[in-house]
Amino acid sequence: MRRVVITGIGAVTPAGGTAGDTWANVAAGRTAIGQIENLRPWPLATQIAAQVKQFEVTEHINAKQANMMDRVSQFTVVAAREAWADSGLVMTEELAELAQVIVGVGVGGMVTLDDSFHRLYFDQNPRCHPFTIPRLMPSAPASQVSMDLGLKGMTFVVASACASGTHAIGLAFRAIRSGDTDFAMTGGAEACVTVGTLRGWEALRVLALDTCRPFSKDRSGLVLGEGSAMLVLEELEHARSRGARIYAEIVGFGANADAGDLTSPDAQSVCRAMQRALSDGRLSPADVGYVNAHGTGTLMNDLVESTAIKSVFDNCEKPLVSSIKGVVGHTLGAAGAIEAMVTALALKHGLVPPTANHSEVDPAIELDVVPNTAREIAITAALSNSFAFGGLNAVLALRRFSTAAA
Amino acid sequence: MSVQEQVKVIIAKQLDIDPSTLEETTDLQEAGFESLDVVEMIFNLEDAFNINIPFNANETDTSQMKTVGDIVRLVETIQAGAVPKAGNKPAGQTPDEPSA
Repeated sequence: MRRVVITGIGAVTPAGGTAGDTWANVAAGRTAIGQIENLRPWPLATQIAAQVKQFEVTEHINAKQANMMDRVSQFTVVAAREAWADSGLVMTEELAELAQVIVGVGVGGMVTLDDSFHRLYFDQNPRCHPFTIPRLMPSAPASQVSMDLGLKGMTFVVASACASGTHAIGLAFRAIRSGDTDFAMTGGAEACVTVGTLRGWEALRVLALDTCRPFSKDRSGLVLGEGSAMLVLEELEHARSRGARIYAEIVGFGANADAGDLTSPDAQSVCRAMQRALSDGRLSPADVGYVNAHGTGTLMNDLVESTAIKSVFDNCEKPLVSSIKGVVGHTLGAAGAIEAMVTALALKHGLVPPTANHSEVDPAIELDVVPNTAREIAITAALSNSFAFGGLNAVLALRRFSTAAA
Repeated sequence: MSVQEQVKVIIAKQLDIDPSTLEETTDLQEAGFESLDVVEMIFNLEDAFNINIPFNANETDTSQMKTVGDIVRLVETIQAGAVPKAGNKPAGQTPDEPSA
């Protein structure tokens, strides 16, 4: 069977402007959640978010090109450029024709939408900027990456709310494994820290007011984040033939739907998604040393997810489980991609990142959630979980790269 | 319309039933409330009565928000200016809150 490896990574996240800085802060459990800045002044109960601060787009992209993009596309293009450079791939006409771009996006160009509607309805200015539509279309991040890097394979955006990044990587993985292509630039992106979006999340009554504390007994909800992570996926023999650095192997993808409640996850369904990822990757539960949890920090998600994990690993040693959302917040469409990247780095470095902001053991969780301090431990395989509103579950199975056949 | 009548109209509209079928003791979940109905009801109550109901799906104790009568008392308490304190929820959750 054709094997798929990660040979390049790039990220713009609240925890850092590169993949390396993001990993360092995630591994240190240093939270990037803070006072919201640069927001249109408007009454909000929420005062905190995990924002990408000190992002000066023109340091990366020339002003004319950046002007065509919403913030969500700017993040994606900067992350994709880093991943491309990191992969060491040299562009050829054949590579360009084959390389697919698949990006997960939760809501798309919300900054553009917020600005445009404010101008239209509030300022009573009937004139819209001519780039309004190309900036805000949900598919823009994938299009912009394709144009920026000259990648001409099948290119599109996947939308499955909080699971978008994981679905995107899962589809790119399948495209390579099935022989449809040898390369993909894939990941996720989101930039929706706007008044309108925050108001909407407040109305759902799930936002934490102090900080995000996944799996902690005193957890009080999620905190919105923003950012992007992009990965270069490559067919193993191709990567080997050019001596590429390999971060980790992606071996399985499991996705399903609850077909039940709009917002409450279903433990059995979530459990089946994890089992699908394992069987797709020809892994047994005992192979898995780490689960990068969806771990939003809401009462319900963390309880249901831990129940599902305990059920999947019922007959073997329980894996370590951690959520990085205490550091980077819930970056929605980007979350699955940032987390897959972090999971790959955990496998490569033998270091499990901690669950930050953990202050009190919740006896109902009954798992080692790696509170506050990273754990050095060699892991063979890991899962990266994403569970979205609408009951859309997606799980990636990754393996530490070894030359032996999987 | 009394507070109780208005509350019944709001709940009945969400459930798509006749308000007269609701009693003070009617259990909202048994009547058909699903995960987001509580959040939507709070929103509708806040609009209708011009009040602010301190409700966080992660923190608020919903044990006092089970029946139509509970909701009427909640609105009347807030109208009277005594906002009930949001307490931490005990383990063992009700399936009526979003979780993202």
